[in-house]
Amino acid sequence: MACQGLQSGETLASLKKESDSLKKKLEEERGKLNDIELHQVAEKVEMLGALSIKTKRLLKGHGNKVLCMDWCKDKRRLVSSSQDGKVIVWDAFTLNKLLTSSGDGTCALWDVESGQLLQSFHGHTADVLSLDLAPSETGNTFVSGGSDKKANVWDMRSGQNIQSFESHESDINCVKYYPSGDAFASASDDSTCRFYDLRADREVAVYQKDSVIFGASTVDFSLSGRLLFAGYNDYTINVWDVLKGTRVSVLFGHENRVSRVRVSPDGTALCSASWDNTLRIWA
Amino acid sequence: MTINTLAKGAWHREQMASFRKKVIVAMQDPDMGVKMRNQRLLITVIPHAMTGRDIIDWLIQKYNICEEEALHVGAMLVRYGYVYPLKEPRSLVLRPDESPYRFQVSQPPLHPPGSVFILPAPIYLAKKNIRKQGELMEYEKERYSVLHKRINHTWDFVVMQAREQLRASKQRRKADRIVLECQEQAYWLINRPPPGAHNVLDMGLERINNSSRVTLVSDITFLYFLFYSLLFIPFVKYSEQYLNHDPIMQGCLPSNPWISDDTAHWTMNAEVVPSPTRLRVERWSFSFMELLNDSMGRREFMTYLEKEFSAENLCFWQACEDVRHGENSRIIEKVEDIYKNFLAPGAARWVNIDSKTMDKTLHGIRHPHRFVMDDAQMHIYFLMKKDSYPRYLKSDLYKNMLAKAVVPQETKKSVFPFMRRQRHARGRASRYQLCSWFPSLMPGPKTCQSQSPESPLYLLVTIATTQGVAFSLQSYCLCESQSFSFTAARLPELGFQR
Repeated sequence: MACQGLQSGETLASLKKESDSLKKKLEEERGKLNDIELHQVAEKVEMLGALSIKTKRLLKGHGNKVLCMDWCKDKRRLVSSSQDGKVIVWDAFTLNKLLTSSGDGTCALWDVESGQLLQSFHGHTADVLSLDLAPSETGNTFVSGGSDKKANVWDMRSGQNIQSFESHESDINCVKYYPSGDAFASASDDSTCRFYDLRADREVAVYQKDSVIFGASTVDFSLSGRLLFAGYNDYTINVWDVLKGTRVSVLFGHENRVSRVRVSPDGTALCSASWDNTLRIWA
Repeated sequence: MTINTLAKGAWHREQMASFRKKVIVAMQDPDMGVKMRNQRLLITVIPHAMTGRDIIDWLIQKYNICEEEALHVGAMLVRYGYVYPLKEPRSLVLRPDESPYRFQVSQPPLHPPGSVFILPAPIYLAKKNIRKQGELMEYEKERYSVLHKRINHTWDFVVMQAREQLRASKQRRKADRIVLECQEQAYWLINRPPPGAHNVLDMGLERINNSSRVTLVSDITFLYFLFYSLLFIPFVKYSEQYLNHDPIMQGCLPSNPWISDDTAHWTMNAEVVPSPTRLRVERWSFSFMELLNDSMGRREFMTYLEKEFSAENLCFWQACEDVRHGENSRIIEKVEDIYKNFLAPGAARWVNIDSKTMDKTLHGIRHPHRFVMDDAQMHIYFLMKKDSYPRYLKSDLYKNMLAKAVVPQETKKSVFPFMRRQRHARGRASRYQLCSWFPSLMPGPKTCQSQSPESPLYLLVTIATTQGVAFSLQSYCLCESQSFSFTAARLPELGFQR
C-alpha cells in the first residue's frame, strides 16, 4: 500500500471522507456503463445438460479434520494437510500414501516432488484466510481473501495492494482465479459465492440460493471455467454455472464440513477434503 | 461468561447468521409457515408442534428444491438445534413422517434471559443426577465431578436450584413437562455434546479480526471502464473454446480414468509421448502461454526457433523463469550465467533487447534478486509472442504435428444404461454474437482500456459516432501502441454477427 505522512490540514477522518466520496463517484460512473448483466449475455449460450458426478475414491488416513489440499502437476497425486498435524501425499488413483511428515499446520506452498517449502506468502495488512496466484503471462499478482470481508489483489514484487473488492457480507474463506486470469471467484460465510472481473474492477455475479443457508468455505473452477465447484459448511458441494448464475448440481456424501475442493490439473476429477477426516474424488 | 470454550465472535457469527434466521422466521410465520397444530405423542397431546413431514414439504414448496435436498436442509436445522424432536429426543435427526418437532429457544431452557450463564449446565446435570439416582452415563459422571470441583463454592446453590426445578416440573401438565424435557435434552446435546459425537459448534481454527484498522485505497492506478456487454464476451468465449477440453463437462477420450479405472488417458497425455493427442496440439494454438506451459509444445517451438536462428530467445526466457521460481541460494549464480551467455557484449547467445531495458537490467544485476530479470524477460516474451509464435502456428512443422496427432478411440460403454454425453472428436466451432445493442450505444466519445492484447476484443475502444449507425472502433495493444481502426461494416469479417 502506498503510504504517506499526513499533510498539514489533513486528518485521518478527512482523508477517509475524501476516499469515500471518491469511491462513491467511481460507483456512479460505473453505474452509467452498466448496460447489461452477465447472465443476460449468457442467454445465448447453450444450456448445460444434466451432470452426473459421483464419488469415485475415498481417501482415509487423517486422524482429524482435513483442512487443505491440492493436486500435483502429475494429475493423480495430491497433498493434504490436517489438524492432526500431518501432511500426506497420496496417489489418489491407487489410494496409496507416498510420503508423510509432521508439520505445524501453517499455510504454505509445497513442492511435492522434492518435499521442499517453496514460498510462504505473508506481508500485508489484512488478515488472510486464502490466497491464489494469478495464472497470467506476467504472473506477478495474487489475490487474497480475509476476515475483513475484503478480497485484495497484490503485486508480488512491490507488495502493493492493486485492487480491492468489498461486497461480501461476512468473512471470505477462499479465493480462486478464473483459468484465464482475468477474474476470480470467492466463497464466504455469508453463504454466497461471488465472481469478480479484474478489468471492470467489480463484482459481476453472485451465486446464491435461498435453500443454501450455510457458509461457503472453498471454491474451484472446472478446466474451462464454465463450472464453479463450491464446498459448504453444511457438508455439501454445490456446482454453479458460472455464466448463467444458476446451480447445476448438488453433491452429497461428506459427513462433516467440506474444507477444500480442487479440480485436478487435467480437469478429469474434483477432489474434496472434509472435517470428516476423508477426501473424496468425484468424476 | 460461559464455560464454553468457543471464541465469542465465532459463536455470535454462527447464531446471528441472518440468512438462517430468515428461514426460521419464515417457518414460524402464522400464515405461510409450517403447519403447527396439536401433535399426538402416545397418549399426550403436544400443542404448537409440527411433523417432520410437514417441515420437508414446506421446504420443498418454499424453496423449489427436490426431496433429497429438503431432507438435507431439514437435517441440518435439527443438527444445529434450530428445531428439536419430541420423540426420541436423544437422536437429533429429522424424520420425514408424523414425528413431532418444535422450534428451539435461544437461551438455555428454564433460565430467564440475563441470568448468570455459568450455572445452567451444572444445574441440568445435577437435576439428571437426582432424577436418575446417580445412574448417569460415564461421560456425564466425569463432567459432573469436574463441575463439582470447579464451582464447589456454589454447589449447594446448584443442587438447590436443581431440586426446585424438579419439584416445579412435577406440578406441570404432562404435555409441558415432555416439551421442556425434550427442549433441554436437545439444547444440551448440542451445547455439551457427548465425547465422540459430532460437535456442530466447532468453528475450526480461531480467526483474528482487526476491524478497527482503517485502510485507505490511496492509489487508484487503473480504472477500467468498459461496457459490460463487451467485457463478458471473453468469459463466454473462453468457456466455449475450452469446452471440449473440460472432461467434467464433455468427457475425455478414451475415457475418464477416475470413472473407467483405465489409465489410458494419462498414458496418452504423459509429458513425453511419441505422438501427442489432437486436442493437446490444438490447445497450443489457443495462446502463447498454452504452448509454453506444455513441455512438448515448448520443445517443438524450440525446434522451430532453431530453424529461424532465434532459439536464444526461448533459452533466455527459460533461464529467467528458472531464476524466478528456483532456490534462493542459487539466484546469484544463475543471474551470472545469464549475463555471461545472453547479455554480455559478444555473448554466445546474445538476445536483442532495447537499450533502455538493457541498461536497467545491467544495473539491477549488480544486486541480483529473484525479479531482477523480469523486464528483460517480459520484452523477449512479447517479442516471441508477437513475431515467432504466430509464424510457428502457420508453419509446416506445426501443421504436420496437427495432422499426425492421435485421436483416441472412445471406450465402448456397454455396461451403463445411462449414456453420458458423447464426446465428439472435432470441437464445436466457437461462435459468439454481439447482442444487438449496437444502436443503443450512447453518442459521444468514450474510452476504455483492457489489459490483454491477446484477443482483438479486449481493446482500447474509442467510440465516436457519426450520424446514424456507422461508427468506428479503435483499438490499441497496450504494450505496443498499435492502433487498428474498423468501421461497423467490417465487423462481420472479424467474426461479429448480429
